[in-house]
Amino acid sequence: MTSALIGANVAVGPASSDGRRPRRVRRTTPHSTLTRGAGLGLGVAMIWFSLLVLIPLTAVIAAAGQGGWSGYVDVLRNDQTWAAVRLTVSQALLVTLVNVGVGSVIAWVLVRDNFWGKRLLDVIIDVPFALPTIVAGLVLLSLYGPNSPLGLHWAFTPNAVTLALAFVTLPFVVRTVQPVLEELDADVEEAAASLGASRLTILRRIIVPSLAPAIAAGAALSFARAISEYGSLVLLSGNRPFQTEVVSVRVLTFIENGNNQSAAALASIMLVVALVVIVALDLVQRRVARRG
Amino acid sequence: MKKTTKAAMAASITGVLALTGCSTSGGGDDAGTTVGVNAFSVMEAANEPVFDDFEGTDAGAGVRFQTSYGASGDQSRAVVAGADADVVHYSLETDVTRLVGEGLVAEDWKDNDTSGIATSSVVVFVVRKGNPDGIETWDDVVEPGVEIITPNPGSSGSARWNILAAWAHITGNGGSDEEARAFITSLLTNTIALPGSGREATTAFTDGSGDVLLSYENEAILAKQSGADIDYVVPPDTLLIENPATVTVDANDTAKAFLAFMTSPEAQADYAQSGFRPVIDGVEIDDVAGANDPADPFPTPQVLFTIDDTFNGWAEAADLYFGDGEGDNPLGIITELQQTTGQVGEE
Repeated sequence: MTSALIGANVAVGPASSDGRRPRRVRRTTPHSTLTRGAGLGLGVAMIWFSLLVLIPLTAVIAAAGQGGWSGYVDVLRNDQTWAAVRLTVSQALLVTLVNVGVGSVIAWVLVRDNFWGKRLLDVIIDVPFALPTIVAGLVLLSLYGPNSPLGLHWAFTPNAVTLALAFVTLPFVVRTVQPVLEELDADVEEAAASLGASRLTILRRIIVPSLAPAIAAGAALSFARAISEYGSLVLLSGNRPFQTEVVSVRVLTFIENGNNQSAAALASIMLVVALVVIVALDLVQRRVARRG
Repeated sequence: MKKTTKAAMAASITGVLALTGCSTSGGGDDAGTTVGVNAFSVMEAANEPVFDDFEGTDAGAGVRFQTSYGASGDQSRAVVAGADADVVHYSLETDVTRLVGEGLVAEDWKDNDTSGIATSSVVVFVVRKGNPDGIETWDDVVEPGVEIITPNPGSSGSARWNILAAWAHITGNGGSDEEARAFITSLLTNTIALPGSGREATTAFTDGSGDVLLSYENEAILAKQSGADIDYVVPPDTLLIENPATVTVDANDTAKAFLAFMTSPEAQADYAQSGFRPVIDGVEIDDVAGANDPADPFPTPQVLFTIDDTFNGWAEAADLYFGDGEGDNPLGIITELQQTTGQVGEE
């Protein structure tokens, strides 16, 4: 999983680090120059993508759409659901922000600094990915529950939601930024420094713009993961309506009541939220990258 | 309306699953000795000795069991979506009713000696070792300051037994609906967590949270069998938990024989070892490890409410108490109380 992620990002790395990514993307779109091999690749990609993503997503939206617009309105008008949506989105945004900061710092430390235990830390970053989320919830409960050895009694509070989401989304930003940072030439920074740029200017004009696409990609992944999280929260948050109940638990409640339409409606609303945030992140990223 | 929605959803699910499903579906009838058992999670360990004993009978010689365990509602929905099952065993009658509605289970599935029930238990209070808070009755549970954990009745079907037991404590003893609402409100106010399932609730409790866990007797016995440092109290008045089992319409004879065997004295004695109360009389029960009194593991409560007598059956109770109020569904009493207590807690 990790290697796949890194592989994908290494491929993206050079294109994005030169800061001209938008133009390159546009250049390939107008007319088809597909060779036979490329056509085959595109075909395989589209079939696979359709089976796994497009058809299921369409089915969800079709199921949700059966109630017409009123179905969506009814779902959102329920105070309990609305509270769950607010909690989930705000916590996901908060955790994504934290990840952008902390994740970038961790990636920086792992790439640029040498210290004892670096390799080990590098491997451990991925553990939240590998751990079944229910086990993550269990571990966090024993650490931050009533018997907390750390003295933090966060279980069954909104803090528990933040904690669980931060745990499961930690690797995203780190793993997207790390390979780009590795590819980033120190020569450019040295050149800038020799021309009299301060550390801050170098960070602002060279490093951040180069990393922006990677940070945005990581942030998008971590936001999307956070709004759909279920396993680690179900034990740790307590699922109390209006206080610690997240959207995925609401969806499950609808399903348990045989109300698949409302479940699908709420799920598609969250899809739209994810889409909006991902597009917004992309816009911000382009802006920042252009400034470089 | 509701039915077409369901059908469309089922169709879309099966459509997606069709490609992967080909390999596992089919193959049920031809062998004649394979029985697909689709049951709720707790049965995984409880069924093992029953399978062994069934294989020792004439009907069960050479039988092969294909098992699937999971949350009761999920299991039932999976069967609707096309999962292969001959014998289904769920924690809640509504999960079987769902299959009846889809034509997968015969309408008359309850026409037998146990009215379709294969295992039973009662709602109990799980407390800290030695019961430091002296929790003996329902009224002790709603005392201010007592921290309650109970599985989420929204997401876990079996959690509904607990809440209905509390409701029955009032209405079953001559109280009005208004008094029951007030009682449930104080119960929900004391509730600090609503974990997703019965097992998760047990985990949260044994991990140190809360003063009392509303749970099922079999779950409490199982937890004690696996070494949890807890005690449990059977309240003087409680609700009988009844887990239905039946066969699907295209089940083979071996599956039918197994269903009958599940309610035999032999199988019921096996289930008793896992903490389930026998559903028939005349079962020889050996000492049950983990029970409060292993020699008398299942003491009869002074008053035992049943879903049929106190609540007029699940068909009525499910919507009346737990409806989610979306679309055509009525807003259930418990759902409504959860919303009002939740909002008060927020302020």
